[in-house]
Amino acid sequence: MSEGLTWTVYDADAMTQAEIYGQVLCDLGQRHPEIVGLSADLAKSTKIGCFGDRFPQRFFNVGIAEQNLFGVAAGLAKAGLVPFVSTMAVFTSLRAAEQVRTDICYQNLNVKIIATHSGSSFGQAGTTHHCTEDLAVMRSFANMTVIAPADGIETANAVRAAFAWPGPVYIRIGRSFEPRFYDSEDYGFQIGRAIELHPGTDATLICCGVTVRPAVEAAKVLSQEDGLSVRVLNVHTLKPLDEAAVMRAVTETRRILIFEDHNTVGGLGTAVADVIAASGKGCAFVKTGVPDCFCEVGYPEDLQSHYGLDTDGIIARVRETMNLEFEADEDWEDEV
Amino acid sequence: MPLTDAQITALKARAKQLRYDIIDITGWSGGAHIGGALSLVEILVILYDHYLTIDPARPDWPERDRLVVSKGHAGIGYAALLARKGYFDFELLRDFNKFKSPFGMHLDGNKVRGVDASTGSLGHGLSMALGMALGARVQGQSWRTYCILGDGECNEGSVWEAAMATAHFKAVNLTTFVDRNRLMIDGPTEEVMGLEPLADKWRAFGFEVREVDGHDFSALAEAIDFSRSHTDAPVVIIAHTVKGKGVDFMENDVRWHYGGLDTDLIARAKASVEKLYA
Ligand SMILES: Cc1ncc(C[n+]2csc(CCOP(=O)(O)OP(=O)(O)O)c2C)c(N)n1
Repeated sequence: MSEGLTWTVYDADAMTQAEIYGQVLCDLGQRHPEIVGLSADLAKSTKIGCFGDRFPQRFFNVGIAEQNLFGVAAGLAKAGLVPFVSTMAVFTSLRAAEQVRTDICYQNLNVKIIATHSGSSFGQAGTTHHCTEDLAVMRSFANMTVIAPADGIETANAVRAAFAWPGPVYIRIGRSFEPRFYDSEDYGFQIGRAIELHPGTDATLICCGVTVRPAVEAAKVLSQEDGLSVRVLNVHTLKPLDEAAVMRAVTETRRILIFEDHNTVGGLGTAVADVIAASGKGCAFVKTGVPDCFCEVGYPEDLQSHYGLDTDGIIARVRETMNLEFEADEDWEDEV
Repeated sequence: MPLTDAQITALKARAKQLRYDIIDITGWSGGAHIGGALSLVEILVILYDHYLTIDPARPDWPERDRLVVSKGHAGIGYAALLARKGYFDFELLRDFNKFKSPFGMHLDGNKVRGVDASTGSLGHGLSMALGMALGARVQGQSWRTYCILGDGECNEGSVWEAAMATAHFKAVNLTTFVDRNRLMIDGPTEEVMGLEPLADKWRAFGFEVREVDGHDFSALAEAIDFSRSHTDAPVVIIAHTVKGKGVDFMENDVRWHYGGLDTDLIARAKASVEKLYA
């Protein structure tokens, strides 16, 4: 993190997730004139507007036109620039899905996408603005790197790492009212490398985004109250997935629980399940998310609690899972 | 037929009530798209009180007229009007935005009686409205479809795909409105993404255009009457409106695209509406 000092100038406590990334993008833009910014009448809401205020010549607000947004970004990348594009997750991954896939991913262009209001983070807006499908969609695009940071600090790291990483990157964040988790940026963030936030051998909670913080809290409570040793992995990068960390968790803890603010179809849980299935190892496996339905209306805290993604929900799910039967391989210990 | 003075007085009373309701629901909901709901008031009121053939007791009545509020973020105004029309109890709106409420900011047609299409993602409504209009034609039905677009929404290419098709299929049983309040989220439409000459664009796409003051009931009635009788081409009514209309501190202020109101602001907002109708 050689550039680390530059990034601590902002006041992370007073800034939202998106404001932090806006600031980071401005700082990057200062040093890298090839960076351009784009939005679609959501420059203010997504906070990419600060880049626009700072570098008006390098910022394009295309109006409410997301397909055009990503097509133009593709063209800018073809012209040798590095576009950072920001609009809501639902309009990125669904409205403009084909532009992202065919114009950006197919041509393997260097476009960085920061998709806001993901999951149930804008829960009160209703289904048109919920986005519980984006991880599934984006993961399925070849060449795409998919990151779901835990908070604003991790978003800052992800934005910087995305700039240094070749090819298209999708960074999924919330509406920015999410609480902060990390104290500083210096915890060794690397694209594709899961982070163990709590050690454990009885079970592993695999999380990304907004579920990371409650999972760590749950692990602490379970240790105190139940004497359970619960590992927590922040799998901020869904693609490329840290398969080694997943398999270590399987062999060392044998119970895998996924928590994600996303449909249980196609997201983090599916990505992890693919790895485990291919390994031939058995383990207890439980996915918690929005269970293949359109999410209810409500404030995000209420929805997260409803879908079992808050601390209490996570604790309850771990307790249930401890009683789950699963077939253990006789030779298992030898292989660990 | 031109509106009578008595009709105009009645419509104004409804509009005033709707503005009060929008203010209240914004307060209850914690935050809502109040600016664009207020600009739409007269259009919604005249449609529901004067033109739509509907039966609130039978929201699924197959022969009813259809309305697609394509700028779905106007949900607070739309919901209030449906409640006042008798589709459901107004008091339910106290839970707007809250957990498991049927009312999110963008109304869900599966949950809210009287909503013909679930909207909120901009640029979908005109296509769905065209489908409904063609559906009427195919089935030999005489019901009419209305669609309300935002002006910023007209940035979306899909609006123009639908416009092209509406003219191509001569869907003259469809009346389209553009709520031309000249603001979107990031600023004035002409600064963020210029739309002008907007009327010429619609004409070039094969529409007959009427431009009216979208807060003037008589002008709206004349234009809607025209759209119902004109059979050479589909009609679009560009309704020149004021975002935040009726609340002095919101009018034409882009910051009031979306916002919350505390008790003080609610009182100020209502006092301003009171003045508008004094
Ligand atoms: C496809 C899509 N993109 C972005 C948004 C976010 N959004 C909600 S309202 C709005 C501005 C709408 O402007 P306009 O159509 O002029 O409506 P009005 O000013 O009348 O409220 C935007 C960009 C959305 N709802 N749908």
